[in-house]
Formats: sequence, C-alpha cells, structure tokens
Amino acid sequence: MENGMIFLGLPVAYYIAMIAKVLVVFVCVLLTVAYATWAERKLIGHMQVRIGPKRVGPFGLLQPIADGLKLFFKEEIVPAQASTFAFLLAPLIALIPAFIAFAVIPFGGTIEVGGYKLPLQIAGYIADQPSGKVIDLNVGVLYILALASLGVYGIVLAGWSSNSKYSLLGGLRASAQIVSYELAAGLAIVSVFLMSGSLSLQQIVADQAGGVANWYFIRQPFAFVAFIVYFICSLAEINRTPFDLPEAETELVSGFGTEYSSMKYAMFFMAEYANMITVCAVTVTLFLGGWHEPIPQVVSIGGWEFYLSWANFVIKVYFLIFVCMWIRATYPRYRYDQLMALGWKFFLPLTLLCVVGTGAVVYFFPNGFWGALFS
Amino acid sequence: MFTPVPLIKGLLITLKHLFMKPVTLQYPDEKVAPFPRFRGLHALNVSHNRSKCVACYLCPTVCPAKCITVEAAEDDKHDKYASKYEIDLLRCIFCGYCVDACPVDALKMTSAYELASYKRDDFVFTQERLLDKR
Repeated sequence: MENGMIFLGLPVAYYIAMIAKVLVVFVCVLLTVAYATWAERKLIGHMQVRIGPKRVGPFGLLQPIADGLKLFFKEEIVPAQASTFAFLLAPLIALIPAFIAFAVIPFGGTIEVGGYKLPLQIAGYIADQPSGKVIDLNVGVLYILALASLGVYGIVLAGWSSNSKYSLLGGLRASAQIVSYELAAGLAIVSVFLMSGSLSLQQIVADQAGGVANWYFIRQPFAFVAFIVYFICSLAEINRTPFDLPEAETELVSGFGTEYSSMKYAMFFMAEYANMITVCAVTVTLFLGGWHEPIPQVVSIGGWEFYLSWANFVIKVYFLIFVCMWIRATYPRYRYDQLMALGWKFFLPLTLLCVVGTGAVVYFFPNGFWGALFS
Repeated sequence: MFTPVPLIKGLLITLKHLFMKPVTLQYPDEKVAPFPRFRGLHALNVSHNRSKCVACYLCPTVCPAKCITVEAAEDDKHDKYASKYEIDLLRCIFCGYCVDACPVDALKMTSAYELASYKRDDFVFTQERLLDKR
C-alpha cells in the first residue's frame, strides 16, 4: 500500500482512513452522548437511593432512544416576538463546536491496517510511513481553547433571540461565566505547556508515556493543582453543576433554553453532554496520560494482535464523566456572586501561582521533581 | 479559611449511597402491605347469610362526615334489619368512628386502599358491595 494510488498528493488509503476515523469517532461520541443521559439518570438515581429509569427495555437501556423519539415528534414552537433566524441558528452553534473539538484529540496510538500505519487522531496522519512519525495540528490546544469558547455563542444567541427575560438572563450569565473561567482554564493549561514544551497534543501525550508517574497531573505538585483547577473551570465553562447558572431551573425556569422545544431543545441537551465528553477527553489528554496506561497497548491472543490503546483513553474519559455526574449528584448550585468570586479571586491567582511554580520546578529540576526530592 | 475537606466528605456520602439498596417500591408491581389496623374500605360482617347490622343508626349518628345512609325494616321474624345501607366514599374521611360505635360488630374496615374509579356514582357503596364475601 505504500506506493498505492495517489490522489491530490496523498495516498488513497489516507482518505479512506480519514473518513473511517471521522465516522467511528462521530458515532462513538453520539452514542456516548445518548447513553451518558441514561447513565446520569441511573447513577444519580442510585446515589439518591432510587432506581432510575428501568421501564424502557432491560435496565431502561432504550430510554435515550425513547426520549429522542419523543422530542423529535414534539411541536416546533418559535415565540412570536423571537428573531427567527438567530433562534433557529443558536442550537446549531451550540452543538457543532462540541463535536468538532474531537478532531484534534488523539484517542489512541498508531495502528496498522493492511500495512498502512494510521494514528488514532482525526487531524493527524503519517506522511513518512517507514518511520511512523505522526504529523498533527501543532497548535491543537489552542484549537480546543478556541472551540471551547465558541460554544457559548450558541447559548448567548439563544438567550437573546428568544425575546424572553429568563432566556436573556441565562445568556448573560453564560457569557459572564465563560469569560471568567476561560481565563483560569487557559492559565491552568499553561502548566502543561511548560512541562511538554509543545502545543501539539500528540507531543503532549507522547511526553506522558512510560508509567503513571509520568502523567502530567502527578509529575509535580503545581501540575496537580493545575489539573484540579482546569477540571473545575471546565465544568464551569460547559455549564455543568455546580456551575449550571445559565439554565438554573429554580431561578430562570430553564435559562437560555426556556423558549426552546422539540429537536432544538434536544440539540442543546446533546451539546451539553457532548461538551462534557469533550472536556473529559481534553483533560485526559492533557493531564492523565492520554492513551497511555493502564492497559498494554498491543495484546496478542492466538496470533492476533489487538490494538488496545484506545481502550485506555475510553476508560479514563468514562471515569471522568462518572466524576462529573458524581459532582452533579453531590453539590448544590453556586450563587452568582460566589461563582464570580471563585473564578476571579481564587482560581485566577491560584493558576498564576501554578504557572510560576511549574516553571520554577521545570527549570530547577530538569530530571524530574519527585526523584530529586527523594534522593 | 477554605479547605476541600467538606467537599470531599460530601462526595464520599454520595458514593456510599450509590451502593445502598434502593428504597424504591415499584408500585403497580409491588404493593405496600398495610398495617393490621389500617383503615381502608368498609365491609359489613356477615352472619346467617346476611349482614349483622341491626339498623340501630349509631353509625350515621356518629359519622362526622355524614356519609352513611341507613334505612331500617322488619323481617319475617320481626327482627330489625337494614333494608338500605350505603356509604358515600367521596364524603368519608376514614376516621373509623362507625366501626367503634357499632354495638353488634357488624362493621369493619379492610386493608383495601385502591379505590379510584371513573364515575362519581361508583363511589357510593351499597350494602351489596359492602358485604364481606369471603
């Protein structure tokens, strides 16, 4: 296959692999979105000593499909005074960035299909097949940061175009929240840059290879703080509890989603869950070693080789999703002024300290912090 | 001073609850067993193939909701009996005073509590429907 057909300067296998990767990732993320709703209801149910959905199919496993069908056949309602175009556009703007952020996330190592090596990352390919060096977007983290702040446009637009006071307040809160927390999240990622010396996600993951001790979150104390802060700020950015002020039911009916019905509402819902998955995937990539550890990457059973690096990634992402749901089942919502105070007065100084601290540790302990400490 | 200790304690509580047995009762499939003295639907005790009621009017007298209608009559053996005995469950407050008042132990309350119906008329229980047919 190495000297196979060439189309527009790239081998045909490249196009086939690309389409296959996009399809597989998209379907997996969509399925995870659907079943995250089921898992969340089930999990929170059991945490509240209830059962959760169990009527539709065995263990309620068909519940997401039933919910989707129900929403699909609901009436489309556009409020009389709403600005229709923006109103219809908003769910799309909310949904799409959540999915396309996955383009740069490396969800597995390099696999070989029919002699053609391909990396398990959509925006990555191997030009020099014999050496197997992966070329990917060299500003992958910036791309993710850009998309993370793009999703909020959908929410702001929804809040404004609905022409409802609740929606507008929800949209305002969403924008204020993302401005406050994007800053702290971005600064927390700077700690990762300082350790990896690269913005390419492939590089960042490769640098964390070789055991759990090499994962960034545990490599030095400041990186651990950065990891915690980044995860919390991410929760705030994607409007999950305890930071779900933009849709706070008790105050704002349903916030930016008040006037939405039918599939448009479902799209906001999907965007929320897709965002959660993306954020967990980014956290795994940046801090938890990406697709390295704990399962061996290639397992040979009876002459067959199974590439399992993606399973490491999936396990870690699912664990973080579990943590998100766990947090939702535990904490009440923040008050608005507390939210702002937490973002500006606590997380921002803390992340600045982390940047300085990580930089100092990287500079003074070039051969590893813990090793130098305990030798 | 901020510490993460209470936050972690909270997380541990929810984690602990995750592994508890759910308290949910799947109602139409599983039903609550009422306690022995539960005051549900009334029933008239039967003796010699008819109600034990002697139509003394003590139960409609004591009834705070005035939901019991009794009409007395005389049978072949010149005994007093209730020719009509009706309880309007839409008025009944299930206080059980009628059972306490009854001098001949003709009335009791059963454990039946699923009393919903589609028509108002169905809630007026006649003597025939109240008879305790075992």
